Amino acid sequence: MPERRRRKDTRVNYPSTRTALDPLRVGAAVVLLLCAAFVPPAVCAAAAPTATAVAISKFAFAPKEITVAPGTRIVWTNHDGTPHTVTSTDKSFASKGLDTDDKFEHTFATVGDFSYSCTLHPFMTGIVHVRK
Amino acid sequence: MSAHDHDPTRPGHNPARRQALNCLAAWTGATVVWTVAGGVPRALGATGGAAPTAAAKNALTFVQISDTHIGFHKEANPDVVGSLRRAIADIHALPQTPAFVVHTGDVSHLSKPEEFAQARDLLKEIRVDRVHTIPGEHDTIDEGATGYLKFFDHDGKGKSWYSFDQGGVHFVGLNNVLNFKMGTMAALGDEQIGWLKGDLASVSHSTPIVVLGHIPLWTIWEPWGWGTADSAQAMALLRPFGSVTVLNGHIHQVLQKVEGNIALHTARSLAYPLPTPGQAGIGEPGPVKVPAGELGKMLGTRQLSVVPGQHDLALIDKPLDA
Repeated sequence: MPERRRRKDTRVNYPSTRTALDPLRVGAAVVLLLCAAFVPPAVCAAAAPTATAVAISKFAFAPKEITVAPGTRIVWTNHDGTPHTVTSTDKSFASKGLDTDDKFEHTFATVGDFSYSCTLHPFMTGIVHVRK
Repeated sequence: MSAHDHDPTRPGHNPARRQALNCLAAWTGATVVWTVAGGVPRALGATGGAAPTAAAKNALTFVQISDTHIGFHKEANPDVVGSLRRAIADIHALPQTPAFVVHTGDVSHLSKPEEFAQARDLLKEIRVDRVHTIPGEHDTIDEGATGYLKFFDHDGKGKSWYSFDQGGVHFVGLNNVLNFKMGTMAALGDEQIGWLKGDLASVSHSTPIVVLGHIPLWTIWEPWGWGTADSAQAMALLRPFGSVTVLNGHIHQVLQKVEGNIALHTARSLAYPLPTPGQAGIGEPGPVKVPAGELGKMLGTRQLSVVPGQHDLALIDKPLDA
């Protein structure tokens, strides 16, 4: 039973289409539905590697502040015509320069607060809170 | 002289006017020709189509270009290579061959080796003795200045800051794009400021100084990071000198400011326009798409001349399209 669920979760988290935002949202929704149907939400959060989208748009991260469960994969997509980076303050993750439509992802395994900024435009800041 | 008296691009003669001369956004110029005459840079001609005045025969003349963003190919300018080549043609058409060219950063768009290589080859097409470059933040994206230095190591010392003397002028190239701290503006950093202090210590205060820095060394618009966090320390080191000209890029438009003996000038890009500082209705400093036929008026080069015995450096900003 748990194995079957994990397989499904894995599949919805790797959409074959290249448009990121909508499949991710759909994926998250499917995960939530599956979880709601079979297990309590807390267990679900721990077991399923969910994906969450953060947009880089108009020289800002949106949402700028986000709270996720451990194991969550966050996917940043640069929608600007200017390159940006996603670079954590504690150096635990750092993207290359992201040109328009480039993506960067990082899975947050441990609980904590992870601030990050764009090294080209350090006034662009964001934070990921990872909470059980 | 009189032709220049109303020229807002030539600060420095009248202390009273310096007070009034704050930031002047000139979107309709092109290239600036600079002459350093006895210390203070002075514009040879106005922006906006005035014919450049010939510099004195014994002047040291050089050209500033900036923000070529080789590798950029978006709508705001699908042909940055073509724009650079037009600027090169303008430089070759100058009545007085410049001694050298300075490039004030953002040579590349994404710090890619192939962009640096292409930029280096393009800059070699300029028929001058040397092109002095400094890095912009687009040149230091993934590995600091390391990738940039593989193509543009000024002295072969592995440093992205340097100085040299030419025509009686002391030139200083700085890197103010490496010390980014989250939520702040860029900075020079203690190591470089220490180096600058030592470098200037051996220079006579009557020697004209020209400083190259990518991001403006005065705060133009902090919400967009248009300033250098520790520029006050650099300014303090420069203040004792009788003539200091700071040449910046980064903001893709001509602005200037005079503080005592220090004149600061930003230059046009050769890639794409950016909004004016904090421009209403735009909200972020991204490339501005302008109507066809308008782009060449927003891009351009700058010629500078230093004339011995004269007080000002002269400067002419010239757009690709007048």
